[in-house]
Amino acid sequence: MSEYTYPILFGLAIGTLTRIYMLRTDYRQYPTYLHGKIIHVALGFIAAGLGTVAIPSIMEEDFTAITFLTLAASQFREVRNMERNTLTELDSYEMVPRGKTYIEGVAIAFESRNYLVIFTSLLSTLGYLLFNIWGGLAAAVLAIVVSTKLMSGGRLKDIVDVEFVEPRFDGAGLYVDNIYIMNIGLPERQEEVLRYGMGFILNPKNFNARSTIANLGQRQAILHDVSTALGVYRDSGTPALVPLAKRDLDDGRVGVFVLPQVKDVNKALRVIEAVPTLENAIRMPSERQTNGKGS
Amino acid sequence: MVLEKYILAAITTNPSKIPSGTAVFHCEDKKEMEIIAANLEAILDGIAHALTEELYVIVKH
Repeated sequence: MSEYTYPILFGLAIGTLTRIYMLRTDYRQYPTYLHGKIIHVALGFIAAGLGTVAIPSIMEEDFTAITFLTLAASQFREVRNMERNTLTELDSYEMVPRGKTYIEGVAIAFESRNYLVIFTSLLSTLGYLLFNIWGGLAAAVLAIVVSTKLMSGGRLKDIVDVEFVEPRFDGAGLYVDNIYIMNIGLPERQEEVLRYGMGFILNPKNFNARSTIANLGQRQAILHDVSTALGVYRDSGTPALVPLAKRDLDDGRVGVFVLPQVKDVNKALRVIEAVPTLENAIRMPSERQTNGKGS
Repeated sequence: MVLEKYILAAITTNPSKIPSGTAVFHCEDKKEMEIIAANLEAILDGIAHALTEELYVIVKH
């Protein structure tokens, strides 16, 4: 056993535990039990290994060993591809698809979490070697806190006000507030839609939010999340029963029409407010110098 | 080129209003029109849209 054995084991353990902590199976039902999880814990273990041996390598003045961190970069980019491909393949069989933007967001999260693991392992091994095991633990806690902060993105309630509106028909046209959703011809279909349908208006809080919720991927993510959380009144071969989100061209509000199985307004409001703002959908026109601050 | 939307059939009670170039179903009254539209919707996996009171189209989305 060398002087580095314990610090390396410590870094490995902390890194792997961080990955397990970040690997939450939540309402997105992803990653699934059990094999999906094993893949990611194994990759997290590899990431922890890469991060943790970097510090002893530097201390031994074996600088070329650091170069294999570049290997990690290409390795984990592959993770992103893998997740993207799997989810894209599966998306066509979803009742309400996630959409490409949401999938890309999930894939990015998987890649970046492995880097967070490398970072955590690196810091904890450094803490152990510079001070002692307590120093290592302190560094680990700090790194985990930073990782948690980095991995949680914004929620929809930060950028919009959500309001419930009963959907209505004007002739054959289905409306949520004054936003036209679609044309449904058959009276029995119309009754069904009114019985199960719920409408929501998303009022953007500023100009940036207006562009963000206009993004089709962001809107699809809202529909998908509501449908996963509250169920969906739909089957294959009933294209008329489709949740849709349309935009008011005048003021950028978005009308969301969903057909949940559980018609609970408060629950639905909470679900919509908790939809993540997809990082690929975020637009910041106010950051341009010709524009003022978002208002 | 991929067509995203396409009119699969038209159902009407007014023979003078029929479109050309698509399958047309003539009906006696509104009730019959609705029944045929509902069946065609299920068979064709399309949506029955009402253009006017006397003309429905089945559109594939």
